[in-house]
Amino acid sequence: MAILLLAEHDGASLSDQTAKALTAASKIGGDVHVLVAGASVQGAADAAAKLSGVAKVLVADAADYANRLAEPLADLIVSLSGAYDVIIAPATASAKNVMPRVAALLDVMQVSEIIEVVSADTFKRPIYAGNAIQTVQATDAKKVITVRTASFAAAPEGGSAAIEAVSSAGNAGLSAFVEDALSSSDRPELTSAKIIVSGGRALGSSEKFQEVILPLADKFGAAVGASRAAVDAGYAPNDWQVGQTGKVVAPDLYVAVGISGAIQHLAGMKDSKVIVAINKDEEAPIFQVADYGLVGDLFQLVPELEKAL
Amino acid sequence: MKILVPVKRVVDYNVKIRVKADGTGVELANVKMSMNPFDEISVEEALRQKEAGKAEEIVVVSIGPAKAEETLRTALAMGADRAILVETEDSVEPLAVAKILKGVVEAENPGLVILGKQAIDDDSNQTGQMLAALLKWGQATFASKLELGEGSAKVTREVDGGLQTIEVKLPAIVTTDLRLNEPRYASLPNIMKAKKKPLDKKAPADFGVDTAPRLKVLKTEEPGGRKAGIKVGSVAELVSSLKTAGIL
Repeated sequence: MAILLLAEHDGASLSDQTAKALTAASKIGGDVHVLVAGASVQGAADAAAKLSGVAKVLVADAADYANRLAEPLADLIVSLSGAYDVIIAPATASAKNVMPRVAALLDVMQVSEIIEVVSADTFKRPIYAGNAIQTVQATDAKKVITVRTASFAAAPEGGSAAIEAVSSAGNAGLSAFVEDALSSSDRPELTSAKIIVSGGRALGSSEKFQEVILPLADKFGAAVGASRAAVDAGYAPNDWQVGQTGKVVAPDLYVAVGISGAIQHLAGMKDSKVIVAINKDEEAPIFQVADYGLVGDLFQLVPELEKAL
Repeated sequence: MKILVPVKRVVDYNVKIRVKADGTGVELANVKMSMNPFDEISVEEALRQKEAGKAEEIVVVSIGPAKAEETLRTALAMGADRAILVETEDSVEPLAVAKILKGVVEAENPGLVILGKQAIDDDSNQTGQMLAALLKWGQATFASKLELGEGSAKVTREVDGGLQTIEVKLPAIVTTDLRLNEPRYASLPNIMKAKKKPLDKKAPADFGVDTAPRLKVLKTEEPGGRKAGIKVGSVAELVSSLKTAGIL
């Protein structure tokens, strides 16, 4: 069996979501080749070659792949697909955009966001915002799979795979990049952070969210998350959203501040190793999943916690 | 321009679903069903484009059981002009849905198809991208802003780490994310009017699509539970507990 793993990277470096998806790929079993597509991707390609379990790194270095537009990237993956039984990627925004396009071009039904590899063709995946887990067997000869990375440990370094250039598959020009507005921050990235401090609707305003959550996150060296309610209310940007419709995270420590614990939020963080909840409502559902619960006024408790660290 | 909006009938997002004891699926009998929330956002966006003079007609389509007519009537009550129901009692996977929608697109010739980014039942997040692939159209997924221009659309997308803006040639596929808009409620007079709006019925076979599933569902089970921990009385106790547990 040969497996093609689509790398998530920013050119210079490889996202650890790639290393996590590699663990899932290795469980399926077979030679894993990592595809690093982008412009100026030497750093990411070198990092992929060092991962243990990678047999080969394919590099598609071309301007057409610089902004990860779905159409040229899907055509590239399809052009390489003949040699592979499985095409797999971490379920990042960019892979969620491109992989179903690849699947349809190959006439394959994709298996989205697997959380467990049962066997080479059978996988577990969450449905209904994680309120049920489905075991599915993929009957297509070729498999197209995305991986919920919070469910897999990162593959370690220790490999020295060969790096090989592959040619561009062209660009039909169906879409064009205009601009990125990425939040620049010194904080760790949400999906790979060891500690996350998340705020909910109880913060009451964007100003209070900034004033209360950010200093605590900075003290912890943590990434900042938010509930969907806080995002909907405009207290926090959407890319901070943790939950079924946002990001699914599994840090070592998750601190939920003023978050009631709606089902859809729990789906995004319940695999965290340790959960701390601070909420004034002692009946809040968040306490049913929290390892340590603190009942009280967050505006008083959070600054106190920040000082105590 | 005509805008096509596919909508799906799903378990209402406020319902806490129950897994059947025999592991064959999720209990759907006597459960409140509604339009998939992302699809409501799609209908709303199409209506706003029409109100802004960028579109003339909004056609909604659903692939599902006879009762999906209710979902289509909701979309008509919100303001869509007419509806198509591709009726099937089978559960249809995203790939087959995309193939049926391709047939609908070829019959209707819309300039734009707006879909929800995912349905909240199977959480697949595939149909829009698959439809774009089958039509060989450009795609702008996870949209938080849509500006229709002449021959192209400028779309701001929710991506990891922030926003990406792309320009996509029309006709195109757009899938909606949460912040694109806030859907309107249908007024009572409009709900009454919607009952008289045209609704065509079709079958998957009319589009020559085989809906046999490619994924075999072996089992559906409850997720592993997580036990509640302890309540601590103070910040000091919290910090010392975290230290004892080796977390800090």
